[in-house]
Amino acid sequence: MEIDYSKHKHVVVIYPHPDDESFGTAGTVVKFREAGVPVTYLCGTLGEMGRNMGSPFFANRETLPEIRKQELINACKEIDMDLQMLSYRDKTMEFEDEQVVADDLRKRIEELDASLVITFYPPYAVHPDHNAMGRAAFRAIRDMDPDKRPEVWANAISNDHQEILGSPDIVIDTKDVFQKKLNALKAHKSQIDGMLQKVRQGNEELSEFDLALRYFQYETYHTVTFD
Amino acid sequence: MKSIELNKVQDYLDQWTNKPVYVHVETTNGAYAKHFDANAYNVGAYVRNAQITYTQGKIVEQEGAYRVGLKHEIGWIYAEGLTDFEFNENNQLLMAGHDADGRLMVAMQLSETPFNY
Repeated sequence: MEIDYSKHKHVVVIYPHPDDESFGTAGTVVKFREAGVPVTYLCGTLGEMGRNMGSPFFANRETLPEIRKQELINACKEIDMDLQMLSYRDKTMEFEDEQVVADDLRKRIEELDASLVITFYPPYAVHPDHNAMGRAAFRAIRDMDPDKRPEVWANAISNDHQEILGSPDIVIDTKDVFQKKLNALKAHKSQIDGMLQKVRQGNEELSEFDLALRYFQYETYHTVTFD
Repeated sequence: MKSIELNKVQDYLDQWTNKPVYVHVETTNGAYAKHFDANAYNVGAYVRNAQITYTQGKIVEQEGAYRVGLKHEIGWIYAEGLTDFEFNENNQLLMAGHDADGRLMVAMQLSETPFNY
């Protein structure tokens, strides 16, 4: 499926954690930016409760929030994406009042005049924060005037999502912009180093670029409509 | 953080005996345990900024890992698997246990002032 990136006015990305954007959608963002479309990331938390502390570890529970905040800012610079931090706390999104979160998201989506929202597909997004953020985003869009609703592309990542939802209807090959995606991933040093070391085992002959490409080349979405 | 030195940590614990402190305790095996292994369960708990006054705090070593128990008037606070510590510039005693990949598995932290939200 050929995507006309330039037809969009503004893309709004809604995820809970610093690094969700780099794993899930960084290549897509670059393609929109190269087509001249503004992209804004509404990032729910600072990943304060992450257990990855760097490898070898250099962060601790109290320094992690500031470290991840800076990593997030740097990653967004790499892919030229605007950033709004929403100040919720990692691991607690699902305990917030969903309507309050949705109202805030809707206000921001309307202010940015989004024509496309990218978020997680609940409940097929594994991490409780992913599912909660996706639910609030879906609710925000459902609450909008049907004529003004943006398109929605949602990431489903659970092991059973293909059985239930079928294959993703949007598959974006990020190979031609992958260096920028890799730069964004690597901006999240506290989170990515351990993962890259792990997947390197048995793949010693691959360059870092080719290794990362093997795991993160394709970005996939299910389109969602609300009636 | 660096590897726990038992005597140093014991001294830090002793300084707050019978004084109100804020505690952070947590344990986690991550949000993806079940995603990567269908037979596994995601397990975790955390308490942030409970205020307690312990009457005795003690650290014990066994085979390179440490346990800390804090006895207070009406109960206990306990953590197992601690490996590393830091006493930071905010006078907070941070203790954590990390796996071979440097990921946090357990933490116990004490502070005279509340931990940042």
